[in-house]
Amino acid sequence: MSFLQHDVPLSWYLLLSAVLFSLGVIGFLIKRNLITVFMSIELMLNAVNLSFVAFAYQWHEVRGQIFVLFVMMVAAAEAAVGLAIIIAVFRARATLAVDRIDLMKL
Amino acid sequence: MTESPHLWWIVLLPFAGFLLNGILGSRLRRRLVSAIGVLAPLASFALVLNAFAANNISAATSCPGCGPITALALPIVETFPVPWLAIGQIHVDFSLVLDQLSLVMLLVVTGVGFLIHVYSVGYMRGEPGYARYFSFLNLFLFFMTLLVLAGNILLLFVGWEGVGLASYLLIGFYFQRNSAADAGKKAFIVNRIGDFGFLIGIFLILATFGTLSFSQIAARLAMNPAWHGSVLTVICLCLLFGAAGKSAQLPLYVWLPDAMEGPTPVSALIHAATMVTAGVYMIARTHLLFDRAPIALAVVAIVGAATALFAATIALAQNDIKRVLAYSTISQLGYMFLACGVAAYSAAIFHLVTHAFFKALLFLAAGSVIHALGGEQDLRKMGGLRKKLPVTFWTMTAAVLAIVGVPGFAGFYSKDPILYAAFLDGTGGKLLWFVGLVTALLTSLYMFRLWYLTFLGERRSKTSHHHATPLSMLAPLVILSVLSLCGGWIGLDRFSVYLAPAAAAHRPMPEANPGLEFILSIVAVLVALEGWLIADKYYRRRTERPAQLAAALPAGYKLILNKYYVDEIYGAVIVKPLLAFSKFVLGGVDLLLGGIAWLLAGIASLSGMILQRWQSGNLRSYAAWLAAGAAAVLLFLLLTGSPHAWSLLFFHSEPILKVSHITVIQTGQVGH
Repeated sequence: MSFLQHDVPLSWYLLLSAVLFSLGVIGFLIKRNLITVFMSIELMLNAVNLSFVAFAYQWHEVRGQIFVLFVMMVAAAEAAVGLAIIIAVFRARATLAVDRIDLMKL
Repeated sequence: MTESPHLWWIVLLPFAGFLLNGILGSRLRRRLVSAIGVLAPLASFALVLNAFAANNISAATSCPGCGPITALALPIVETFPVPWLAIGQIHVDFSLVLDQLSLVMLLVVTGVGFLIHVYSVGYMRGEPGYARYFSFLNLFLFFMTLLVLAGNILLLFVGWEGVGLASYLLIGFYFQRNSAADAGKKAFIVNRIGDFGFLIGIFLILATFGTLSFSQIAARLAMNPAWHGSVLTVICLCLLFGAAGKSAQLPLYVWLPDAMEGPTPVSALIHAATMVTAGVYMIARTHLLFDRAPIALAVVAIVGAATALFAATIALAQNDIKRVLAYSTISQLGYMFLACGVAAYSAAIFHLVTHAFFKALLFLAAGSVIHALGGEQDLRKMGGLRKKLPVTFWTMTAAVLAIVGVPGFAGFYSKDPILYAAFLDGTGGKLLWFVGLVTALLTSLYMFRLWYLTFLGERRSKTSHHHATPLSMLAPLVILSVLSLCGGWIGLDRFSVYLAPAAAAHRPMPEANPGLEFILSIVAVLVALEGWLIADKYYRRRTERPAQLAAALPAGYKLILNKYYVDEIYGAVIVKPLLAFSKFVLGGVDLLLGGIAWLLAGIASLSGMILQRWQSGNLRSYAAWLAAGAAAVLLFLLLTGSPHAWSLLFFHSEPILKVSHITVIQTGQVGH
């Protein structure tokens, strides 16, 4: 048992994680700018990372921490690809409004 | 000296002709097509003659100069080394059997067949589809010889169906004409009805005897001499039904008059001389069964007599020369069935042979008339052709005298024994004889009517269309007229003795009574004479009388003219209800399947219409659905999936496994 558990309970971390995740979701849903949407995704990923780390610490599970590294790596790759796509979209459409990017619509 | 009779060659040579003309015919010269078409049956005929001679040499005991003679003893069986069917106990071979019965039949089929091929060369000259015609004719001969030579009933059935096919193809030879195509279909379908009975009979034979080979059936029957009736009667009635279809007997005769749509030589070969006698041949071939089934035999006799009379009355009022001959054929086949029915199989086959001669001649002569008149078939438009067509006139006269039964001509020698045999047969025999006698009167009447209307009197048509008759048509006419004259001279007695090993009835026959036979002959001849006198009066001396008679008996005349409305009755009783039922089924099935398909399509398009709203193209709405879904799954898990789920948030002392399990699910990772 670590001192952390005595000072700050696990549920607080989880609550913070949930709040961050919800912020990410809300931002994703209501923001129109593609870059803001992208940032919201990063926020959600990091909220999940936080809960991973908290659990890992709580239960002394190293796998959780390893998983966080994976998530960060994927997030970095996603950022690279995603930003490239955003630039390409901006060049093609001259806009970053999500509502306008609807070529797939029936 | 004897050689193998080459039975397979007899069958396969016409088939080779069929293949050659059928595949290459349209590219060959017309002379080559004729040569192939005529040589194939000629070669078969030569082989048959060779076998016949070899068989008859056996009677002569020595032959100085040609060494020791080995008789060609009948029956000869040639079996293909590979079996056809071997299923459990059932074993069917490709086997051909040459015995006296099939030999006589083969002589007629290939002999008359050859003559008609020769005739066709002249008759079909310049017709489109010349090669097709000859290939079909050769195909017919292939199947007919197969039918005749078949050593088991299944092979016979193959030939049986094959001649039906050839008949269909040749009736519909002028397929551009709707009536010809329809007639072909009618013949095919009516024959199928009869074949249904035949097939049931074959199955019953298989079930009863366990074999389909004629010789083995005979052996089984010989082992049980007391076996009569019961299943044998049923088998025989089924076979009779098949025979009635092929041989145009009541109630399945309706296809034969329509079959006259085919070219005239086809009518002569298939629908008069050979194929339609297949039913008679089949009964004679299976006569061992019929001998044990007296009821079935009685039915055969009744069907035959009824058909003979029925068809003869119709023939009286027909105006198409070929249709008169068609009904005459049906009537004569009735005689043959009558003979079979009184177990006089030899007489039936004898009449079959002579009938093949004179009826083929009648048709060929009629064809010559039609050819000369440029396609005219209506008796009312003929007349006065005696001078124009002397050869045709004289040969036709010979044929008419033969069919009427004038002493000295072939028909006399074969028809009278049938009447005599009917007279001797049991209690109902007198009635059968009387019906046969009335038919003889009618036969004489309608044949002389045809003769007078065609050849005597004034020319009633103004058509100047007059073809010369080529030699290839005249030669068969002359040969057949000689056969019509002499074909019966062998006499039934010698013929029966010859045929006895294959077709003698295996049941007690009545005592012969030569005096009675002589009296009956005289009666028959007098009746035929009476028929001629009536025809002479009505159609030569007082030509206005037929019309007056028709006017006096309008109902009866119309009844006969319209062939007793049998076609119409069949149409109303069988065809129409069947058609209506089929249409009903078609409509029902259509509605059902169409409805199901329509319903499925409707569901798909309706759900598509609803679901496509979700595909808004709006990224955020997708994301909202995604989030809502994830939330729903999470909620579902929390509420039902694990009772400990809430502990994740509020308690710390849960077992590790459970908690980590929940955690893993929450983050979407498959746990351990």
